[in-house]
Amino acid sequence: MLDKSVRFLEEAFKEYYFNNLQIIHVPTRPSEREFGYQKFNSGMTRHISLKNDNELHLLLMTQVPSDVYCSNAYYSFPNLPMQEKDWKEADLIFDIDAKDLHLDCRKEHTCYKCTSCKEITNDQTTCSECGSSKFETISTVCERCITESTKEVKKLLEILTDDLGIKSQEIAVYFSGNEGFHIHVTSKGYQNLDSRERAELADYIMFNGAIPETFGMSKQKSSKASFPHIDEKGWRGRIAKEILGSKTRSSKIIQELFSGGYSVFQLKLEDLKQRIGVRIDPKVTMDVHRIFRLEGSINSKSGLSKILCKDLDTFDPFSEACLIDDKKVEVIANSPISFRLKDEKYGPYINEKVSVPKYAAVYMICKGLAEVLQ
Amino acid sequence: MLQIGNRDLAKYPFLAETGEYLRDKGFKIEQLDHPDWKPIMEKAYGRIIVATTGQIYGSDLKKFENLDTEILSFVIAIILLKSAGMNTLIKRFSLAEARRAEKFLQQDLHYGKDDTKLALPLKIIHDLFSVKVKIDGDNFVISIPDYLRRAIHFHEKEWKLVNRKVEGGFVFLTSHETVRLIRRELDGYINSKIQSLNTPSIPSSFKERVTDLVILAKKFSESTTVSTDYPPCIKHAIEVLERGENLPHSGRFMLATYLMAKGQTVDQIAPLFKNAPDYNERITRYQLEHIAGSSGKGTKYSCPSCDKLKSENLCFEIPECNGIINPIQFGKKRTSNA
Repeated sequence: MLDKSVRFLEEAFKEYYFNNLQIIHVPTRPSEREFGYQKFNSGMTRHISLKNDNELHLLLMTQVPSDVYCSNAYYSFPNLPMQEKDWKEADLIFDIDAKDLHLDCRKEHTCYKCTSCKEITNDQTTCSECGSSKFETISTVCERCITESTKEVKKLLEILTDDLGIKSQEIAVYFSGNEGFHIHVTSKGYQNLDSRERAELADYIMFNGAIPETFGMSKQKSSKASFPHIDEKGWRGRIAKEILGSKTRSSKIIQELFSGGYSVFQLKLEDLKQRIGVRIDPKVTMDVHRIFRLEGSINSKSGLSKILCKDLDTFDPFSEACLIDDKKVEVIANSPISFRLKDEKYGPYINEKVSVPKYAAVYMICKGLAEVLQ
Repeated sequence: MLQIGNRDLAKYPFLAETGEYLRDKGFKIEQLDHPDWKPIMEKAYGRIIVATTGQIYGSDLKKFENLDTEILSFVIAIILLKSAGMNTLIKRFSLAEARRAEKFLQQDLHYGKDDTKLALPLKIIHDLFSVKVKIDGDNFVISIPDYLRRAIHFHEKEWKLVNRKVEGGFVFLTSHETVRLIRRELDGYINSKIQSLNTPSIPSSFKERVTDLVILAKKFSESTTVSTDYPPCIKHAIEVLERGENLPHSGRFMLATYLMAKGQTVDQIAPLFKNAPDYNERITRYQLEHIAGSSGKGTKYSCPSCDKLKSENLCFEIPECNGIINPIQFGKKRTSNA
């Protein structure tokens, strides 16, 4: 990214923070949390303690960070090095990213930037300009990515409330500001879980490690009568619904399922895992020392903000999270992929000078698809 | 308020109520030199000996003539063990007592169909291990966080949360599973209770048995020579057994299959396990013969892979492991430029 583009982004981010301070707050129990931030073209600054909104706002205006983070963990001494912080507990966090869903549409909005000559192409074989084979992947998200990610969020919410007994008011769903969702859970009972216990919880949510015995199939003695009913709770009920469909107790389907034997049954469970397991990133859930993007802050990978999704069914990140102003800006855009913001389609652009609203300029520069002109 | 009688304390003598009960009954362990204590002391000694053989002492209450004597034998056993000061015996004793209590807890939960019978085992689980167990029909129900904290230590897939009945923040268990879940803590609790107790000085009439215990403990502590050619996982398993600590079933299986793969016989391997807190010669030999394929269906079992051992927390990889995929390859595989 050119220096003038960095300066442009800093100005745009500063203006955003100045105009939107009223929506940017420290989370609950701020003095027990670790904060961190990153500046453009610079490393991470961590182990910061902030007591209130004023201290946060001062940091935003003086440092003009590209990204701002806050821990899900609560510590006695959040500003000390990790081993001296004295970990108390941590909110449960789940990350659902469109990238992990491996959707067919991704190839339509993914391109590659040669790390040597910065040429941007639609495929990553060899750079047509310099012959290098090293590329940086650049992707945007489309409506389908958001729709499919939203489906995963809804599956997760069902498990959190029905299986894990977490109250809806203890769950907050955020658009991450780039390609997915962060789900924050502040349920007291789960805050004490350590990393291994959270990993086990992640396995449950992903339907990882299920064995045929749980559904009545055994190597020694199978029992069709132990196959779950569709009205059962938890995974047994979900599996029954998935296999039986609307036929509440079809002995023919169950007979067929059991006739294949143990290993076929195990493969069937693996197949079902891909379909009905929730595709969360388990590494995020099991990390109890991570710092997460702060609500209301801008994601420097896109220029969109991390915001709370009040209604998942109607949520449109391309409008609701696009909070930078629309003053016209001239950029040199090189974006073989098109994208949509605030109901307006942009691109594709082939190394051309275009005049676009500031939010679209910021989006392209953050993605590495444009440089500012002036 | 829950009334705990001598029958309950005979089953669970490690409860805090034991001290109060004995005081109320007028037993004074400050006067141990009185000849009346001699038979109880002998009973206590026997209780320790049974524990060291890996068997469970007095699990059938009906056979007891005097419940108070049973309670006292536990207390005196602790005094003898603390006087002998041999940690290996305390470990064996606490494990055996934990197994005994586990058996009673399971019986009490299983047969206690009404609330009054269930009150004591549920109180023990709650007071000692902070696990609140609710009853739902035939099931015992505990919160998911309480379940996870314990179940993650089990390697069998059936303990994974995904393989349990889960609803509304709770996990549904049988009486057996409920008790199995707290087994480790029960052992730890009894052990720490013994370690933390201040015991009175013993009279001369007890000294002979204390000396016997010291001699017995030394027999358990005889060290086995560890070959330097063993991989670190095997060395670790042997060291755990030597210290008289509990090696999980999966660790014992690994050790046995490894040594068999190296050509050792059941007769050569069996003595390695004599230090295990729950050692029972007959059972050990039976299991080894089964693994060797000389009993049962004749299947000869192989040493588990390094991957499997990693997942069971039995791997202690060192650079010399050099990328092997099974412990039996240790020392054989060489890098190409070596």
